[in-house]
Amino acid sequence: MSFRSFCKKILSISLISILCISILSACGGKTTTNTTAEQEKTENSSDNQNTLEKIKERDKLIVGVKYDLNLFGLKDPKTGKVEGFDIDIAKGLAKKILGDENKIELKEVTSKTRIPLLNNGDIDCIIATMTISEERKKEVDFSDVYFMAGQSLLVKKDSKINGISDVKKGVTVLTAKGSTSAQNIREKAPEATVLEFENYAEAFTALKAGQGDALTTDNALLLGMAKQDPNFRVVDETFTEEPYGIAVRKGDTEFVNTINEYLKEIKENGEYDKIYEKWIGDVPKNEK
Amino acid sequence: MLNFSILIDHWDMYIEGFFNTIKASVFAMIASLVAGTIIAIFRIAPFRPLNWLGTMYVEFIRNIPLMLIVFVFFFAPSALGLRINSFLAGTLGLTTYTAAFIAESIRAGIQAVPKGQMEAARSSGLTYVQTMWYIILPQAIKIVIPPLGNQFLNLVKNSSVLGVIAGLDLMYFGDLISSETFVTFDVYIFVAMFYLLLTIPLSLSVSFLERRLAKNR
Amino acid sequence: MDFIGAYSPSHIIFLLKGFSVTLLVAFISITLSFIFGIMIGVLRYTKVPVISHLLAVWVETIRNLPLLLIIFFTFFALPEIGLKLDKMAAAILALVVFESTMLSEIVRSGLNSIEKGQIEAARSSGLNYLQTLWYIILPQALRRMVPPIVSQFISLLKDTSFAVVISLPELMNHAQIINGKNINYVIPIFILVALMYFTVNYLLSLVSRRLENKYI
Repeated sequence: MSFRSFCKKILSISLISILCISILSACGGKTTTNTTAEQEKTENSSDNQNTLEKIKERDKLIVGVKYDLNLFGLKDPKTGKVEGFDIDIAKGLAKKILGDENKIELKEVTSKTRIPLLNNGDIDCIIATMTISEERKKEVDFSDVYFMAGQSLLVKKDSKINGISDVKKGVTVLTAKGSTSAQNIREKAPEATVLEFENYAEAFTALKAGQGDALTTDNALLLGMAKQDPNFRVVDETFTEEPYGIAVRKGDTEFVNTINEYLKEIKENGEYDKIYEKWIGDVPKNEK
Repeated sequence: MLNFSILIDHWDMYIEGFFNTIKASVFAMIASLVAGTIIAIFRIAPFRPLNWLGTMYVEFIRNIPLMLIVFVFFFAPSALGLRINSFLAGTLGLTTYTAAFIAESIRAGIQAVPKGQMEAARSSGLTYVQTMWYIILPQAIKIVIPPLGNQFLNLVKNSSVLGVIAGLDLMYFGDLISSETFVTFDVYIFVAMFYLLLTIPLSLSVSFLERRLAKNR
Repeated sequence: MDFIGAYSPSHIIFLLKGFSVTLLVAFISITLSFIFGIMIGVLRYTKVPVISHLLAVWVETIRNLPLLLIIFFTFFALPEIGLKLDKMAAAILALVVFESTMLSEIVRSGLNSIEKGQIEAARSSGLNYLQTLWYIILPQALRRMVPPIVSQFISLLKDTSFAVVISLPELMNHAQIINGKNINYVIPIFILVALMYFTVNYLLSLVSRRLENKYI
C-alpha cells in the first residue's frame, strides 16, 4: 500500500465513521425531540393524568433523594437505611397523599442525574437540596421554598480562609458537577480554580486529601460534613441565598398545589419545626 | 439532528479539554517509553535481583485497574505530606500503568533479536550496555513499533480517567457541559468525535505500519 | 495511615460485597462479550457484503473510543432517547459493547491465521461453507486465540472499575466510600483493593499461560 492510498484510506474511514455517528445521533436526536415534545403534549393535556393520580394508582410515592449528604439524605452503609431532613419531608408528603408515610420509594439522585431522572419518569418528584433557580425553572416546576440555605465554604480548622473575599488567585475550590455552587463561585471569585467532581462525597474526599483549599456548596450540607469530620469547619459568612424547593415535571400543576398545601400544613402544625430541630438544630429563622 | 449550538456555545471548553487530553497523552507516552525501556532492560539484564524487580513491577501493575492507580496518585500523596494536582496525578497514573505494558512489548522485541548477535558483539569487545545500545535496541525498535503504537492508542483512550479526578481533560469538560446544559446525548457524541479525531488516524497508522513491516520481513 | 481502623471487620465485609458485584458484572459481561465477539468476528471474516462493512465501521468506531465515555453514554445519554437502564445494566451494556469489539478483532485475526488451503480441502471433501467454518476453522482458530482472549478477560475485569463513575456499588466504589470516612484509610484500603484485583487477575493469567503451553 502506498503512502497516498494510506492517507486516502484514513480520510475515508474517518469520514465514514463520523458520518455514521452523525446519522446514528440524528435518529437519536430526532427521537429525543419527539419524546420531549410528546411528554409536553401529554402533560399539558390531561391525557396522561397528573402525577398525583399515578401515585395513588400505584399506591406509592417515588422520590429522588440524595444518598451521600449527612443531615439531608445519607445512606447508612451498615443498615442500608436512608435518613435525613429531605427524607422526613418526603415521608410526610407520602402520608399527606397516601395516608401512610411508609408508602414511599426512595431513589438515589445526584445533582447531575436528578433532572434527567425526573423528566424520564423514574421519580415523581425531587427532594434533594435543590435550589430554585431561573435556569432550572425552564426544565422543571418548583414548589414553595421548604428550606432556606446559603452558599458557604468548608475549610480546614486552621485555614486562613474566612469568607469569599479570601478566595483569591491560587486558591482551589472543590464542588460537585451540575450544582449551582460552581456557577456562583465562578461569579464571586473569578480568579480561583474550580474543580468539579461527580458528587459531594468525592469532592469531600478530595478536600481531605489536600486536593483543594475549600469545598463550596450550601451551608446546610457543609454543616453535615463538618459534623462528620471535626478537622473541618464551615466559614460563617454565606454569600448567596439558596431557597430549596421540591421539583416536579413541568406542567404538573395539581401536584405542585398538593405539595404547597402540605408544606403550609406542616409549617402551621409544628411538624416542620420538629423535623428541623431533629436534623439541623436551631429553630428555623424567619421563614415563611 | 444534532444540536450544534451546544458545540459552538461551549467550544472553548471542548478545545481546552481536547488539548489537555493530547498533552496528558504525549507526556505520559514519553515518560512511559523511558520507564518501560528501563524496566524491559531490568527484566533481561544478566543480574537476577533486577530481573525480579522488573518482573514484579510488570506482573503487579498489569493486573490491577488503571482507575485504582490513578486514585492512588490522587488521594494518597497527602498522607505523605505531598500535593499533586489532578492533571499531574492523572498523567503519573497513566505513565505507571502504561510503562508495564510498554516494558512487555519492548522485552518481546529485544528477545526477538537472535541471541547470537549479543554473543558476537560481546566477543568483539563491546560491553553489555554498548551492545544493547548500538546493536540490539535499534533492531528491536523496528519490531516493537506496531505494538507501541497500539499502546499509545490505548493511552489516548485511557487518558479519559483524568475526567474522574477533575483532570481538566476532554472527558471532564464534556461531562461538565452535559451536567450544566442537561443535554447528555449530543454532548457525548461531540466528545466522541473529538476522541475519534485523535484515535482513528492513530489506529490506521498502526495497522499500516504492521502491514508494511510484515512485508519487509 | 491507620491500618487497624481501615481493616476493621465491617470494612472488610463491605469491600468483599463490592468485590462480589465486580466479579458478577465481570462474569456476565465476559460471557456476553465472548458470544457477541465471536459473532462479529466471524461475520466480518465471512465478508457478507453490507453486513460486514457495517460491522467494520461499528468496530472501528467503538474500539477507538474510551470505555469511560461509553459508560457515561449508556447511563446518562440513552435515557434521553427513551432507553432507561439501571446502573448495573448500563455498566454491563457498556462493557459488552466495548469488549465484544475488542474480542471480535482477536477472533478475526485468529481466523485469518488459518491457512486458506484448509478451507479448500474441507470444501472439496464435501462440507459446505458453514460446516467448514464451524467444524474445521473455528476450533483451530479458537485454540490459537486462547491467550489473547484470556488477557482480554483480565482487561475486562479491571475495566469494571470504571463503573465507579456511575456509582455502581462495585469494589472501587466501596473503597471510595470507606476512604471518605477517614483520609488515613486511603493507603491501607488501596493496598487491600489492589491485592484483591491482583489475586484474581494473576490466577487468570496463570491459567492462560498453562493453556498456551498446552495448545501451542
